[in-house]
Amino acid sequence: MSRLLASHSNNLDPAGGWPAGPTGLDEAQTARVGLRVLLAVISSLFMLFLIAFILRSQVPDWRPLTEPMAPLAQPWALWLNTALLICASISLQWARVAARRGQAKATITAFSLGGGLAIAFLAGQLWVWQQFVAWGYFVASNPANSFFYLLTGLHGLHLLGGLVAWAITLGKLLRGAPLAQLSSKVELCAIYWHYLLGLWLLLFALLTSTPQTYEAIAAFCGLR
Amino acid sequence: MAYAEHAETEALHEPRSFLTKYIWSQDHKVIAIQYALTALFVGLIALVLSGLMRLQIGFPGSIAFMDASAYYQAMTMHGMIMVIYLLTALFLGGFGNYLIPLMLGSRDMVFPYVNMLSYWFYLLSVLILLASFFVTGGPTGAGWTLYPPQSITQGSPGAQWGIVLMLVSLATFIVAATMGGLNYVTTVLQARTYGMTLLRMPLSVWGIFMASILALLAFPALFVSAVMMLFDTLLGTSFFMPAIISMGQPLDHQGGSPILFQHLFWFFGHPEVYIVALPAFGLVSDLISVHARKNIFGYRMMVWAIIAIGVLSFVVWAHHMYVSGMNPYFGFFFATTTLVIAVPTALKVYNWVLTLWQGDIHLTVPMLFALAFIVTFLVGGLTGLFLGNVIVDIPLSDTYFVVAHFHMVMGVAPVLVVFGAIYQWFPKITGRMMNDRLGKLHFWITFLGTYAIFFPMHYLGFLGMPRRYYAYENYEFIPQSAQELNAFISVVALTVGVSQLLFLINLFWSAFKGRPAGGNPWGAASLEWQTPNTPPVHGNWGAKLPVVHRWAYDYSVPGVAQDFVPQTVSDAELEQMKQGHAASNPTEPS
Repeated sequence: MSRLLASHSNNLDPAGGWPAGPTGLDEAQTARVGLRVLLAVISSLFMLFLIAFILRSQVPDWRPLTEPMAPLAQPWALWLNTALLICASISLQWARVAARRGQAKATITAFSLGGGLAIAFLAGQLWVWQQFVAWGYFVASNPANSFFYLLTGLHGLHLLGGLVAWAITLGKLLRGAPLAQLSSKVELCAIYWHYLLGLWLLLFALLTSTPQTYEAIAAFCGLR
Repeated sequence: MAYAEHAETEALHEPRSFLTKYIWSQDHKVIAIQYALTALFVGLIALVLSGLMRLQIGFPGSIAFMDASAYYQAMTMHGMIMVIYLLTALFLGGFGNYLIPLMLGSRDMVFPYVNMLSYWFYLLSVLILLASFFVTGGPTGAGWTLYPPQSITQGSPGAQWGIVLMLVSLATFIVAATMGGLNYVTTVLQARTYGMTLLRMPLSVWGIFMASILALLAFPALFVSAVMMLFDTLLGTSFFMPAIISMGQPLDHQGGSPILFQHLFWFFGHPEVYIVALPAFGLVSDLISVHARKNIFGYRMMVWAIIAIGVLSFVVWAHHMYVSGMNPYFGFFFATTTLVIAVPTALKVYNWVLTLWQGDIHLTVPMLFALAFIVTFLVGGLTGLFLGNVIVDIPLSDTYFVVAHFHMVMGVAPVLVVFGAIYQWFPKITGRMMNDRLGKLHFWITFLGTYAIFFPMHYLGFLGMPRRYYAYENYEFIPQSAQELNAFISVVALTVGVSQLLFLINLFWSAFKGRPAGGNPWGAASLEWQTPNTPPVHGNWGAKLPVVHRWAYDYSVPGVAQDFVPQTVSDAELEQMKQGHAASNPTEPS
């Protein structure tokens, strides 16, 4: 911030005229800045949820989901979903590169694949929820369950929001809109997907950690 | 700057029908007016609620339906509406929307569609909030802090549906505020015209910019607490609800942490104070500079103070929780940060006063409000220094001293700026002046009246009169004189409340019948007063965007006849202005 200000304050020249300013600012750049601001907001949201999670996990009524007979003792379903989301991210990255190179066909293929895999991830998450319900792990039966539903649900909702943007862009791509117009949209989707993948990895790691880890984090943050 | 070149070549999409021009508008100016009118409307409801509360306190039993529940419901809705749905919405959605593009020389916000959605989500949140007056059990009466467990336990007013609607409304508002905030921040970063560097932006934009960043980062905390509380009340989880026996029955909750809610709430709640205060600081800086015909004193210091206050506002939240039984070392930490935040704040007050020093002060209506703000903010801020100390706060925290403090510093002070800023920019918005005499009458009643209301409350607090009681009869420790003072406060409060009609009449009468204002009635230097049309048309500027050559505070420049130099004047033009002036006044040394 201070470097930013300093670089601009140098332009307060008494000689008038206007500084050349950073070049290459355009709509795509504006949208990227807007997306980054949005990602900062989402980060703030999930960070606060995670602090609440750690704090609440220190109360004795917390029954960890990683206990031997609990649903996350062997989280293979979540590993599968994670793999799907990683593939979705890779596909969108591929679409982003293809769009930049002007390869329309490859862009459409990779872009649809990325969205499709994200939908598969959501379906997989819903299946995990169903398993939870089938095992009797309801949302209110334990705070660990409540947080599991809450965090996976919110992450899923954010992905769903991304899928709306994805669907609109895909519609335009399929209707044959020029790639030059849409490559920035494809890029925005890719950035958002990468972000949600990173967020999911963090949530996955935290949700499947042991109570000892929570205790260590809580102690580190001074919450104990 | 590429933004400006791009904006000049791109065709403008003119709205064609009435509906797209005034209702589903994507024009930042129309959205600003929609935001402002909606906010003023809910603000009026909150004002009426405060009148009802004052009637009950001053003249107990004078209103038939006012029992303890109704009182708490009025109190909760009054606080929530004033802080969030009036002040936050008006400063960011109203003034932010109107002023940012005009002051930066942009055509519009960078994401006009999202901007439009922002308003409609805001309106939706207001409607959900107001709907809670009509559901079974009425609106929530949990106090504006909505502390669990009491807010969602049977027996609290509105614990059934009122609280649910309140939480849903807040979540909707946060979505709206986030969409708006994205626009304000990105517009400031990306859509400034030629020559508009960050350090040439008017302080209004700086204040709103920083407040938007705070809103973007702090509102998620309220969202988190709202969502988790909705889970607790609708799905029976135990995020915040401890094991509890209610009306003889143990509830299904256990282990939840009410303190966790308090931390989350105030992690939002304290930045919220500055979300309201920073735009007020910015706007008032501009009002003072324009009407004192002097450049703002210490512009860069003011910018850094805004940034410092913004950053510090995230590390002081627990000073609202001194009585929650926290670790004394925490209290020490938060008391220290709270006192540290007084440094940049005091710096701003000094700079306003130094701007006034030897200025050519014009006591126009906006200036009167700006001066009143400084005084009021000073009083409210000083009592804040007392309350920031744990040892003073604990005995005072449940008394009227706190009511006096926060109404002075975050109620009256920002509202004075709201009025001043409306009187200031009304001529740009409508092309007409507001009536001066009515404006002055409104000012004196409001300014003196709010002092008569809130200043005595400090004494009531020292007497130990507790806040949050709905009736004060039959307590031995409250003397008769306090009751008389309460009656006095109520009479003044009702008078001030009714006198706001003067403002409304002035607002609507002047919009149609006011004296035509011309483009720049105050002789202001900043960009929004240099638009080719007043009120500015869609797209704000003509074919070319304005070119900025200087900061927004060139007032009374030596050697120039005109006592302000607009931001669009180049140095060559300024030289000509100086020579022309010297030629007409040969005796004056140039």
